[in-house]
Amino acid sequence: MSAPAGSPHPAASARIPPKFGGAAASGPTASTDPSPAPHQQNGPAQNQMQVPSGYGIHQNYVSPSGHYSQGPGKMTSLPLDSQCDDYYSGLYTVPTQNVIPPSTTNQQPGAQQMYGRGPPAPHIVGSTPGSFQGAAPSASHLHTSASQSYSSFVNHYNSPAMYSTNSSVASQGFPSTCGHYAMSTVSNAVYPSASYPSLPAGDPYGQMFTSPNTPAIRPVKDHSFSGQKTAASHPSLLPPPPPSSQQHHQPQSLSGYNAVSWSPSGLPQANDSLIRNHAGSLNMSSSNPASIVADSSSYPVTQNVHSSKSSPVVSTGVSGVSSSRIPPTANHPVEPTASVTTQPSDLLQQKGMQYGEYVNNQASSAPTPLSSTSDDEEEEEEDEEAGVDSSSTTSSASPVPNSYDALEGGSYPDMLSSSTSSPAPEPAPDPDPATAPAPAVPQPSKLAKPFGYGYPILQPGYQNAAAPLSSGGQPSGQVYSGFQQYPQYPSVNQLSSSLGGLSLQSSPQPESLRPVNLTQERNILPTTPVWAPVPNLSLDLKKLNCSPDSFRCTLTNIPQTQALLNKAKLPLGLLLHPFRDLTQLPVITSNTIVRCRSCRTYINPFVSFIDQRRWKCNLCYRVNDVPEEFMYNPLTRSYGEPHKRPEVQNSTVEFIASSDYMLRPPQPAVYLFVLDVSHNAVEAGYLTILCQSLLENLDKLPGDSRTRIGFVTFDSTIHFYNLQEGLSQPQMLIVSDIDDVFLPTPDSLLVNLHESKELIKDLLNALPNMFTNTRETHSALGPALQAAFKLMSPTGGRVSVFQTQLPSLGAGLLQSREDPNQRSSTKVVQHLGPATDFYKKLALDCSGQQTAVDLFLLSSQYSDLASLACISKYSAGCIYYYPSFHYTHNPSQAEKLQKDLKRYLTRKIGFEAVMRIRCTKGLSMHTFHGNFFVRSTDLLSLANINPDAGFAVQLSIEESLTDTSLVCFQTALLYTSSKGERRIRVHTLCLPVVSSLADVYAGVDVQASICLLANMAVDRSVSSSLSDARDALVNAVVDSLSAYGSTVSNFQHSALIAPNSLKLFPLYVLALLKQKAFRTGTSTRLDDRVYAMCQIKSQPLVHLMKMIHPNLYRIDRLTDEGAIHVNDRVVPQPPLQKLSAEKLTREGAFLMDCGSVFYIWVGKGCENSFIEDVLGYPNFASVPQKMTHLPELDTLSSERTRSFITWLRDGRPLSPVLHVVKDESPAKTEFFQHLIEDRTEAAFSYYEFLLHVQQQICK
Amino acid sequence: MAFTFAAFCYMLTLVLCASLIFFVIWHIIAFDELRTDFKNPIDQGNPARARERLKNIERICCLLRKVSRCPPSGCVGGRGALSPQLVVPEYSIHGLFCLMFLCAAEWVTLGLNIPLLFYHLWRYFHRPADGSEVMYDAVSIMNADILNYCQKESWCKLAFYLLSFFYYLYSMVYTLVSF
Repeated sequence: MSAPAGSPHPAASARIPPKFGGAAASGPTASTDPSPAPHQQNGPAQNQMQVPSGYGIHQNYVSPSGHYSQGPGKMTSLPLDSQCDDYYSGLYTVPTQNVIPPSTTNQQPGAQQMYGRGPPAPHIVGSTPGSFQGAAPSASHLHTSASQSYSSFVNHYNSPAMYSTNSSVASQGFPSTCGHYAMSTVSNAVYPSASYPSLPAGDPYGQMFTSPNTPAIRPVKDHSFSGQKTAASHPSLLPPPPPSSQQHHQPQSLSGYNAVSWSPSGLPQANDSLIRNHAGSLNMSSSNPASIVADSSSYPVTQNVHSSKSSPVVSTGVSGVSSSRIPPTANHPVEPTASVTTQPSDLLQQKGMQYGEYVNNQASSAPTPLSSTSDDEEEEEEDEEAGVDSSSTTSSASPVPNSYDALEGGSYPDMLSSSTSSPAPEPAPDPDPATAPAPAVPQPSKLAKPFGYGYPILQPGYQNAAAPLSSGGQPSGQVYSGFQQYPQYPSVNQLSSSLGGLSLQSSPQPESLRPVNLTQERNILPTTPVWAPVPNLSLDLKKLNCSPDSFRCTLTNIPQTQALLNKAKLPLGLLLHPFRDLTQLPVITSNTIVRCRSCRTYINPFVSFIDQRRWKCNLCYRVNDVPEEFMYNPLTRSYGEPHKRPEVQNSTVEFIASSDYMLRPPQPAVYLFVLDVSHNAVEAGYLTILCQSLLENLDKLPGDSRTRIGFVTFDSTIHFYNLQEGLSQPQMLIVSDIDDVFLPTPDSLLVNLHESKELIKDLLNALPNMFTNTRETHSALGPALQAAFKLMSPTGGRVSVFQTQLPSLGAGLLQSREDPNQRSSTKVVQHLGPATDFYKKLALDCSGQQTAVDLFLLSSQYSDLASLACISKYSAGCIYYYPSFHYTHNPSQAEKLQKDLKRYLTRKIGFEAVMRIRCTKGLSMHTFHGNFFVRSTDLLSLANINPDAGFAVQLSIEESLTDTSLVCFQTALLYTSSKGERRIRVHTLCLPVVSSLADVYAGVDVQASICLLANMAVDRSVSSSLSDARDALVNAVVDSLSAYGSTVSNFQHSALIAPNSLKLFPLYVLALLKQKAFRTGTSTRLDDRVYAMCQIKSQPLVHLMKMIHPNLYRIDRLTDEGAIHVNDRVVPQPPLQKLSAEKLTREGAFLMDCGSVFYIWVGKGCENSFIEDVLGYPNFASVPQKMTHLPELDTLSSERTRSFITWLRDGRPLSPVLHVVKDESPAKTEFFQHLIEDRTEAAFSYYEFLLHVQQQICK
Repeated sequence: MAFTFAAFCYMLTLVLCASLIFFVIWHIIAFDELRTDFKNPIDQGNPARARERLKNIERICCLLRKVSRCPPSGCVGGRGALSPQLVVPEYSIHGLFCLMFLCAAEWVTLGLNIPLLFYHLWRYFHRPADGSEVMYDAVSIMNADILNYCQKESWCKLAFYLLSFFYYLYSMVYTLVSF
């Protein structure tokens, strides 16, 4: 304190200098201004002095600032105050800063500490090293980074509230303090902006956001400014120190800054660079006084401090600009100074570092450097994500800087002048002078309407920014700015589309349109896996577009009108895999999730920014404001680049939702297991496997400390288990009244997993043997489910039901409906629908209580899956079916159950989810496929969401899309993570619109089309009949090919012509017709058929395609040719074989990948070397009938085979079971039924099918 | 001027037709209510809202069903087992029309009503294949195409009933006056 006191004196003397200091702060920037230069120099010098001299001094300075703030009231007295300031400031600041009061008290020296600590606490300390600068950067970080950072900021701010106030005050102060300060104020503004976002709470910040936000842009500037400010403040306070030398010192201290130089000349440069950076981010053009103003506002912060107290009036004036919390402003200044002072050397160095970083960043546009200082986890994530942006930032930054420099210069000078002119904090006068140097400055400050300023300023910046982007991808440039610029865009599209094929081929027609004569082409199947077609978009958009793994459309070129779509005879729809496991997912925490105000679309990469402040929704075309918080880019830590925010750079993002998105606390993870323990179940022996899996994975169950778990078993009665903590052993409670089920002890049946872990383990160990001697054969599934529903109602969660037979008691009992003699009937397949609506209604009730029911059906007999499946279908559960399950007699099923359970228990899970799908105006969705309850015409209610769930949506074109060239689809999945976080995962897909039929055909995604058709066929077979569905499938091929033949291709009907993009269509449809779900003539158990249908409805595309059309590889001659390297392993890539017995040779061995099952078929004449090296048996005869594992042999071919199989397995959630099938073994029918190109007794071969189609077309 | 059986038929149908119009209007309102949903995701994400919405859909579908059997399981709220059923009364009233016109030998009027009668019969027996008594199914009603279909159906019926109302009125007067 004494030191500060000492300093105050100097400060007093230096009072003017302080202003100068402020000026100086600006001064460096202002260096451009000659007149102020001296002052500035002094300022810097002072700053330097302060820095070197010691934070103590700084503190003094700070305190003075505080005084000033207080001073404001005493405008004139400032100098005097300055001395007193330390004390006063402390006092004043205290009062002003509601939150910070203590800090203020500390003030002076303490104040600094306070600031350093107090405000941001950790953040400030860590990040703020550079006082304001630090804070600003941190703020920026915060913005960018997730909420956490924000929160921290918020904290800062809160205390900071002062900040915000300061900023506001500053603005107010500005007016009083003047333009110079305006510069600083801007920085403050920046803070606020940064902080604001974090401060969602509606603190003053909120206001700040709303109006003055533009200043927010300055965060970067702030940093620089802050540095300057600190310096300035110091200088002002510290005036005494030798100017020049001090200046030099500063440079040194600041060296981090720009090594370039703090020398007088150097300073300006440094500032310039900094400014540029900032400017770049801010887009603050020199031209725009506003920017200056903003700056000034930031300055004002410092000054504000002064002014704030000094004159409420002033504050009011300013207040218009900002929230008017003068006190906070005072705090702000204090904080920066304080922080600076507190960690003088460190701070300076840090500042320097930061500055340097900034400079580098901005200059080089490397966003991350700063991040290191204060990044939160989220920030880091963002940074990672953002990494891409760096180049763009630089480019954008560069243009701005110039103007900015000029501005800064102006501002600085202003500052100087103002400071010089009025050492006293008199705001008004100062601004004016400031204005003189920088004409705009005063007004802007006065106006304090950041927005207004922001617009002009930002726009230029924005354009600049956009330009670079566009340059990257030629058309893209248009894209961005130009979404709206339809005229251009379409032309581009058309160009590209007409040039099509994207120049893959020299031929005028795109590759996808190359006509293929299906009957002539013998090897229709490519030897490499089929990839999703890439939408014909500009490079930039392509890069931004959603991954086809999560979001696919059956037509990658959307027809303009429904008439065109009808002509094409192709299904239009989306296939979604929204909750897929992602390795890289931008997670965004922010207070305001930017959404269209009319259609509630989340901001996405395909919106267009009209200018810096407005964006146009790409779905409903409404023009929305860009919220202030959004102006700050956390990745680049720059302001004014909303188009570079992660939300706008990634088409798949996840938001951490604020509390607005939940009206009750997020539910805990609750798991209930409902287990069949009738005689049948005990015989099958699944309990052993389940309990073992559960014991192994108990700790891996997704959840947090609130996770709850419960068990219910049932046969003809229902058994509950009391696992309440404190019991010595699990208590079994039997309820035999199944007509009116009640919960014996509602509170202790679902227990905390962690508290009752021992009891749970005891129960799991005991369960498999508890019912070994049961003679109960009945199964009261319905009542057990009712009990489960009652148990889960209060919380919601997941119910896992294990059932092994037909329910035979109580509500929901079922009769056997299958007539085994009808299994291979070619005519009518009945009973595909449920026999009772009991399960459907119960499922709806469960869905309403956010409970999902997952069904594991392990039965050897008919169990009416068609009825039972309803319980999962409408509650968004999933269905597993293990026909003929027996733990010893059917080891492959047992192994499958084991693996499935492992995945099931440990995979991600989202609770109480809803998914909304939006699409561009003109398109409309009808008919959803998947497991869910449709709650509204575009809203799916999902009690649970798991990563293995896929969905399909059918679309129609209601209005002509002639006035748009792009359509977008967006799915937003709002869910509660197992950790109790409310999150929103958003996927956005953008597709071009085309007007010609040829283009429509060129863009067909044949796999997506097949999957959608399969879904539609399932619906049809349930609502109408199986034969109807089969006819519809054949007609889909006939119609589309004939439509193509008659409209697009020039060939006559003599040949069956398909565009290249559709060449696999008939093959896949044939595969569908031979799929278990739709096949006729082959003996198919009803449950198998229904299960296949359930899978078609709920599987994501990648899995479904494997199921429909398996991949066949020859594996007895694997070579390293074309092999890929994965994790040090060489993975051979054998070519795909078509699914025909003609490809199978007795001398070979083949691997068939059916998605959930692998078959290895070993030919009779297979070389012994393969059998020996890979299978581990001396010859073919000695290979056992049932073999499910490949031995780990130390031979090259074994290694290759295993690495190939491992590679195939790695890509999917369920680890497939391997079957080695010997030629001649009875199991080979299993294998041969997948050879869909071959003729069977009841079905066409591929060639016959083609002839049939051709015949139909010619009809 | 004679009060014949045909005139009586027309007078009765006039009254009943008004009730049919009321039923159809109720349908239209119900479907509109189903279609309207708040776009506010904050609301959507609210589990309580989810429940409410679900109940609402179920209630409406339940009202539309031909047999009044409310979900027996865990059905919260006191929806009685005798909630009004609109579909069956409507169909039976319309069937009564046809029967009466048949008896009254009003062939033209009968001819006008026959198509709708067959449609009703088809609709009644061509239910969702799940063996339940559900005519408007809560799980599929929200699919846009089904909802659109139901709405269109209701509007068409409304138009038909309105026209026939005036036709009955005219016919009644005509039969009363013609003898």
